[in-house]
Amino acid sequence: MRLVIPLAITFVTGMIMVLHFFVPHQPIKLLGDNLQDWFMIVTAASIFLGALNLMHVHFRKIKLKLKNWKYSPVTLTGFMVMFIAGLIYGVTEAKPFDFMFMNMVAPMGSTMFSLLAFFVASAAFRAFRASNWRATLLLTSAFIVMLGQVPIGAMIWDKIPLAKVWLMTFPNTAGQRAVMIGAAMGVVSTSLRMIFGIERSYLGGTD
Amino acid sequence: MNWEILGIWLGAGLTLCLYSFLYRDNPFYKFAEHLFVGMSAAYWVIYSIENVLIPNWWQQMFPAGGGFNWVWIFPGIFALFMLARIIPKTAGLSRMALGMIIGTGAGLNMVSFFQTNAMAQVKGTIISVSSGGVWIIFSNILLVVGVVTGLVYFFFSKAHTGIVGKTANVGITILMIAFGASFGYTIMARISLLIGRCQFLLEDWLPTIPRLLGLGG
Amino acid sequence: MASILKKLGNTDRRIIFILIALSVILPIIFKITFPNPVGAEPSRDMFEYIDAMPSGSDVLMSFDYGPSTMPELQPMAIAIATHLLRKDINVVCMALWPEGASLAQEVMSGVADSLGRTQYEDWCNLGYKTGAGIMIVRLGSSMKAVFPADRDNLPWEEIPMLAQISDLTSFDLVITLSAGDPGVPAWVMMAGDRFGVPVGGGCTAVSAPQFYTYLQTGQMVGLLGGLKGAADYETLVGIKDGTAIEGMAPQSVAHLVIMLFIVIGNVAYFSEKKKGGRR
Repeated sequence: MRLVIPLAITFVTGMIMVLHFFVPHQPIKLLGDNLQDWFMIVTAASIFLGALNLMHVHFRKIKLKLKNWKYSPVTLTGFMVMFIAGLIYGVTEAKPFDFMFMNMVAPMGSTMFSLLAFFVASAAFRAFRASNWRATLLLTSAFIVMLGQVPIGAMIWDKIPLAKVWLMTFPNTAGQRAVMIGAAMGVVSTSLRMIFGIERSYLGGTD
Repeated sequence: MNWEILGIWLGAGLTLCLYSFLYRDNPFYKFAEHLFVGMSAAYWVIYSIENVLIPNWWQQMFPAGGGFNWVWIFPGIFALFMLARIIPKTAGLSRMALGMIIGTGAGLNMVSFFQTNAMAQVKGTIISVSSGGVWIIFSNILLVVGVVTGLVYFFFSKAHTGIVGKTANVGITILMIAFGASFGYTIMARISLLIGRCQFLLEDWLPTIPRLLGLGG
Repeated sequence: MASILKKLGNTDRRIIFILIALSVILPIIFKITFPNPVGAEPSRDMFEYIDAMPSGSDVLMSFDYGPSTMPELQPMAIAIATHLLRKDINVVCMALWPEGASLAQEVMSGVADSLGRTQYEDWCNLGYKTGAGIMIVRLGSSMKAVFPADRDNLPWEEIPMLAQISDLTSFDLVITLSAGDPGVPAWVMMAGDRFGVPVGGGCTAVSAPQFYTYLQTGQMVGLLGGLKGAADYETLVGIKDGTAIEGMAPQSVAHLVIMLFIVIGNVAYFSEKKKGGRR
């Protein structure tokens, strides 16, 4: 019983969505529209679950004095300050919540990912080797794109941007498309397995 | 108080804290990292409340004109099931909500991926390889051969030996060119992010220093 | 020579970090600029498609990114919004990422103020919704069901420019500015292939190569890929002081430096390998 009801829900909701695609008329339309409305609300709850879990992890870190526990109050304070500002002032422009987002969260988010520029350069220096002819091909393709994407490429030789456009339009499209079709078939088969209850690992076990 | 300058300084200070990681892990980095996690989580929660739960659930259940729309109790129950995961004794209830999310997503993805990422792509590969100039014909043949051989490479139900192996070898060659292009673009993306931060520090933050010191500007 | 190559091969990563930082910082400090010619790129297709749209058209612009990819996507958003508002096209904004709702407000209010356009008459920001692809399918049957109010909780009925909008098919074009998932694929699948609304947009450079397939099939009308795409659009729209155009010089220098790193790394590797082979 523990798994039967969730599997039944998966089957019914999955079939509603499939039918909604092929038969976008009543009563399937009504069922599909309602299910989509409900889906938004349940996924919003999953964001709450993530936040609650974050709180739980950090309170536990403080309680048990685990590694780096001294920084957990920073996370908790940051969360509470932002949360309270949002509840009081809302998300409106130029209010405290928006101010903190634009001047604290946004710069930190951008910076966090910009760190990758340094690591990708270091990794390219250490690991990008033309060790065989296929790796050399990969390297050549990367160089053409890197030069073709910036103005200096055209300054070196005006044919480089053209080569880049051709490379992206034909060999790149062919390779990406093969990956895309393969992945799509994987999605289709996994979705079918989920709808029919063959794949049930997302419910926490195979029993 | 000049809120604009305060905002710039807050942003610059936190940016520098995070960049300090490039030297080595340190308390400034850890402080900013933990602050970022907490504030981001709160941002997501607030937007879920303000932009989703209030207008799409609460105000539908209790419309402005008065009354009670009982059908909206059901998504509320499923949402509570999802939250039940946090308490070990009730965690099993979250399977109902998970079942709904997975089922709905699987139902949609199955048909959409098949239509857009499989059928439309196959259709896009059925192109003329006899019209146009020599270069166009060559390029179109390359596209068709690249897709077919690339798919053969991903077909693992048959051993890659003999003709299948040779075809798969052509496929992997095309894939290597595509991966090279992806690598080139990845380098570009990462550098672009760094440029954005440097533009902020050099063009927004640095000019505020003379202004604060009363040196004009 | 061999010892120099060995030393180069073992360069401390912090030296690489400094060189990368300098390659970006110096062109910005010295305000170096390079001309940015726009060839037969998908960014030109995007520009031409929008340019051919009549005034009064309705465009849905989805901000599907967060701060992590802001330096790439924000300049695109500004350039596209400038083009749309200059042409008197109505812009309805929304977001599949929560941060996108705030970033949309920042972009649109800035561009609209500079062009003298009014919120709720020329543009509006409907905000963020969860659900990604599922939500887009719902937009196909009713926009108002998904967005009973805008980002700041103003009811749908009180926004004049939305009077003529009923569902996704009311739009002449959907533009997605996408940093990943959900983003371009969700819009192409649902808005494009399911409801027949033309889809175009911009994405991070990381994801651009995979979307060339959608361009070849005509599932997308145009695509801006990364900072180069943003710089192209700024050039085409005529934004002279755009951050993307300005970014092309440091981008060029940094690319050359990284290519130099790769070459040095390979020379050191092969010289070591050769030495090992002789032994």
